[in-house]
Amino acid sequence: MTEEIIIAGFGGQGVLSMGKIMAYSGIMQDMEVSWMPSYGPEMRGGTANVMVILSDERISSPILRSFDTAIILNQQSLDKFEQAVKPGGTLIYDGNGITRHPERTDIDIYRIDATEEATKMESSKTFNMIVLGGYLKIKSVLKMENVLTGLKKSLPERYHHLIPMNKKALSRGMEIIQKTMQENHS
Amino acid sequence: MEKELRLMKGNEAIAEAAIRAGTDAYFGYPITPQSEVLEYLTAEKPHERTGMVVLQAESEVAAINMVYGGAGCGKKVMTSSSSPGVSLKQEGISYIAGAELPCLIVNVVRGGPGLGTIQPAQSDYFQATKGGGHGDYRLIVLAPSSVQEMADFVELAFDLAFKYRNPAMILSDGAIGQMMEKVWLKPQKERKKELPAWATTGKTPDRERNIITSLDLDSYKQEQFNIKLQEKYREIQEKEVRFETFQCDDAEYLLVAYGTSARVSQKAIQLAREEGIKAGLLRPITLFPFPSTEISEMANRIKGILSVEMSAGQMVEDVRLSVNGRVPVEHFGRMGGIIPTPEEVVENLKTKIIGE
Repeated sequence: MTEEIIIAGFGGQGVLSMGKIMAYSGIMQDMEVSWMPSYGPEMRGGTANVMVILSDERISSPILRSFDTAIILNQQSLDKFEQAVKPGGTLIYDGNGITRHPERTDIDIYRIDATEEATKMESSKTFNMIVLGGYLKIKSVLKMENVLTGLKKSLPERYHHLIPMNKKALSRGMEIIQKTMQENHS
Repeated sequence: MEKELRLMKGNEAIAEAAIRAGTDAYFGYPITPQSEVLEYLTAEKPHERTGMVVLQAESEVAAINMVYGGAGCGKKVMTSSSSPGVSLKQEGISYIAGAELPCLIVNVVRGGPGLGTIQPAQSDYFQATKGGGHGDYRLIVLAPSSVQEMADFVELAFDLAFKYRNPAMILSDGAIGQMMEKVWLKPQKERKKELPAWATTGKTPDRERNIITSLDLDSYKQEQFNIKLQEKYREIQEKEVRFETFQCDDAEYLLVAYGTSARVSQKAIQLAREEGIKAGLLRPITLFPFPSTEISEMANRIKGILSVEMSAGQMVEDVRLSVNGRVPVEHFGRMGGIIPTPEEVVENLKTKIIGE
C-alpha cells in the first residue's frame, strides 16, 4: 500500500506540521515515510505545500506530479493541484474563501469547513487538526491511536498540555467533513 | 546504546550523525538550503555532549581555513555549505588536498551559476569530481540519495578521508537536505583521543618535526609529490567504488542517476515497466571514484543509456567515457532548481534512447 498526498495552503495554516504529524504517524505503524516541503520564495510569498508519502515499501521519488489525495486549504492551491489528483483519487478542501469550487467528476471530493469550525471552537491553531480529522475519517491509511502518538512525538513537551484540545479538533473534523455532490452529476 | 529511529531532515541528519561519529569540530556559515546543519548543531550544543566544537565563522573562506588548521592537527573536522559558498571554499579545498589532509566538506547543492536559486540542483558535479580548485587533485565524493545515507555517509566519509589522507565531500542537494525521512541513528561514538603520527601537535624530543604544507618550490620534488598523489587516486579508484543497481538483471535500457535524480529515476523505472519497457537503474554512490568498470560491463548487455541529472549534463561525460561509444548514451535533465518528474524521465528515455 502506498498513499501519495499533497497538502497545500497558506503559510501559517499548519500545512507543514500537519504533514509532519502524518509522517510521524506512519512511522508509528511501521511504514516508510517521506516529507518533502516547498521551501524558500514559494513559502515567503504566502503559499506552502508539502508532499507526504506513506508506504509499506521503500519510497522511490519523494517528488511527484500526481497524488492519491490532495488536501487543499486555499483557492490558489485548489487551482494549482485539482488536476494533480489521480483519477479515482480524493480531494479534500476547506470551503473558506473559495470562489471557484472543484469541478472534477472522476475523483471523490470532500469539503470540510475547518476555518469556520476553528473559529467556533475559539482555537484557530487547531485548524489543521480539524482537517486531519476529516482525512482520517475518509481514508483508513493512518490509525487514530498512531496519530495521537505521532502528535505527541512531533510536539515539544512544553506543548503537551495542548494534546486534549487537538484530540477534540480531530474528532470534530471527523464529524463535519462532507462529501460534495459533484460525483452525482457524472 | 541502541540505534535510534528519528524523523529528520537530511541536513539535520548530517548534523546529528556528525556529533555521533565523534567529530571534533564543525566550522560553517549559513546558506540556504543547507542552514539547518549549523542551526541544528548550534541548538544541540554538542560541546556539552562530546566536547565537539561548533563555530559560525565570519565567512565560508574562514570556515574552510579553520578546517585546514583543525585537520592539520589530526582532528576530525568538517564544514558544510551550498553551491555559492562551496565555490568560495575552493582555494582552501585545493590547499587541503595538496597538504594531504583528511576532512569532510558537505555541499547541499542549489541551482547556479552565480547566486542562482535556492532550489535543488546537481550542477556542481564537475566542481566536486574534477577539481573546482586549482591543481591535479581529487576529492572522494559520496552522493547520498536518502536521509538515511546523509547520516551514514558522514562516518564513511571520515573513514575514507583518514584512510587516504584526502578530503572527502558529501555531494547532496536541496531536496535531500530539506526533506524528512525515517533515519536510524548509530550510537554515540567517543571522540578519538589518539592522533595520527603526522599531526602537527607540537614537536616532542623523540621525533622529527611534522610539516604540513602544500608548497614545494623544487619542481622535481613537486612532480614526485604529484606522482604520489596520482598513485593514491588510482588506489582509491580500484578499491573504493560504491554503487547500487535496481532492476538491472533483465534490463534492456539503463538509467544512470545519483542523489535525488536516482530516486526520481527509480519511480520512472516502475512507470516504464508498467508500459513493458525493461529499464534498470545504476546509481553511483561514489562519484569519485566513478563506477566506470561496472557501467562499461553493463554496456555489453543493454541497448542504450540515459543519464539523468539536475544539470545541463555533467555526469553524462563520465558515463560516455565508461561506455566508449559502444551504445548510445544521452542526457536528460532539468536546470535552475527544477526537479524532473518520473513521467518526464520515461518520456525522454523513449524519445532519446528507444527512438519512439
